[in-house]
Amino acid sequence: MARTTLGQEVLTGGEATAHAMRQIRPDVVPIYPITPQTPIIQTFSRFVADGRVDTVLLQVESEHSAMSAAVGAALAGARTMTATASQGLALMIEVLYIASGLRAPVVMAVGNRALSAPINIHGDHSDGMLARDSGAVQIFAQDAQEAYDLMVMAPRIAEHAAVLLPVLVGQDGFSVTHSAENVSLLRDEEVQDFVGPYEIPYPLLGDRPSSQGLFAMPDSYYELKVRQAQALEAAEQVFADVGRAFALRFGRHIGAVEAYRMDGAERAIVLIGSTAGTAKDAVDALRQRGEKVGLVVVRLYRPFPHQVLAEALGGVERVAVLDRAVSPGTYPPLYSDIRAGYAGPAELRSYVYGLGGRDTAPEDIERVYRDLLVPRTAGIRYLNLMGEDQHGES
Amino acid sequence: MASERQDAFMRPGGVVLPGDVARPRTGGWRTGVKPAVQLEKCVDCLLCWIHCPDMAVQHKQGVFQGFDYDLCKGCEVCAEVCPTGAIQMVAEATQLDPRGAILPEGEGRDG
Repeated sequence: MARTTLGQEVLTGGEATAHAMRQIRPDVVPIYPITPQTPIIQTFSRFVADGRVDTVLLQVESEHSAMSAAVGAALAGARTMTATASQGLALMIEVLYIASGLRAPVVMAVGNRALSAPINIHGDHSDGMLARDSGAVQIFAQDAQEAYDLMVMAPRIAEHAAVLLPVLVGQDGFSVTHSAENVSLLRDEEVQDFVGPYEIPYPLLGDRPSSQGLFAMPDSYYELKVRQAQALEAAEQVFADVGRAFALRFGRHIGAVEAYRMDGAERAIVLIGSTAGTAKDAVDALRQRGEKVGLVVVRLYRPFPHQVLAEALGGVERVAVLDRAVSPGTYPPLYSDIRAGYAGPAELRSYVYGLGGRDTAPEDIERVYRDLLVPRTAGIRYLNLMGEDQHGES
Repeated sequence: MASERQDAFMRPGGVVLPGDVARPRTGGWRTGVKPAVQLEKCVDCLLCWIHCPDMAVQHKQGVFQGFDYDLCKGCEVCAEVCPTGAIQMVAEATQLDPRGAILPEGEGRDG
């Protein structure tokens, strides 16, 4: 059997993502630079300039234009990808809702970064959470390898006949976008074959003329929006199926959630993104000392995999949900999502961490696990916030 | 809503294909007046047919046949362009024959 991989290369998350895009060979990529996403389009632009991929690169004047061009290109019948971060995603949001509503399967890499103000270029999930009701499929990678693999999976999810929605593949700003790791790339032709040709039901440039983006009166808007929401729900199964196909072919399985050392766990942390690596080290250290702790990492955030998450939590007694974003005036997004769908026995607690790139060390994660040993009242705890009590150490 | 029509509007993204909507039913847009015709003044020039934006004016082989009130949105262009004054706007409640011809006094009051 021919090798499907090229072997290990040392790449940043941004570079690995650009390789995935090169191998997918999108027809159109409208781009506008923004930190920390820039390495993605910068690397990809180099591939285009070097003739390694024949994508039409549209250099537009804003992210709003980038997403607008992406919607038009995707509906015209071109496989379309783009990338953004933070304020760029915020500027895209208006058109992202349109992309979802018009069922334009645009695939987008996001270098997750804090939102202004105050202005900050570092990693958190505020930008991604701004898109959480946009109707797009949202996936978050833990590391460069996942950023690459998920990007290769993304077109099949976006373009699936039951889905036809934009897919956002998030990777934490700097800690993934700019950090070099060993990444196992697939062979170009393997990616091409896995992704397949771009097919949507009603391309503007097809043989059959169509009207798109029409006004929907009260007699049809409601039905269209509900069907759009159902398409996003259907994406959970499609994600699982594409993940299974990817695993069968390439030997790496990426599920909607990852359960790490959850066997017999009494205390667990649930989180999203690159802090998973830090948390795994903390779990390993605590397990070595005989503590029954585990970790659940959420990759698929929209649609939210309530059932899979509940299964991953199993019979755990206390759960700390760590959000790298806030939802001022209520509990933060991931906690709220889990709270809304979880009917299991565990007590759920809400923590916020790492806003604007604030470091989270293994000791911080260990403190959370210690905190879970003691009863406490409801409320949000803020990890590593100056002036906040160092919980669990009293 | 007929199921055929519902299906047509329920494609992903609300895409509409040729033939889904033969003619928009814009008759509901009228706000109080509708065109009527004095057939004895009509010379079948069909300027009204040429100008009507909603294909509400009907003719058969060049002979004026009247208005389709499901399509007429009451824009008054036909009355404006009619060179003989055969078309005039009348109150919505005015009883007309099916072609839009003004009925002789005393007819149609019952129906």
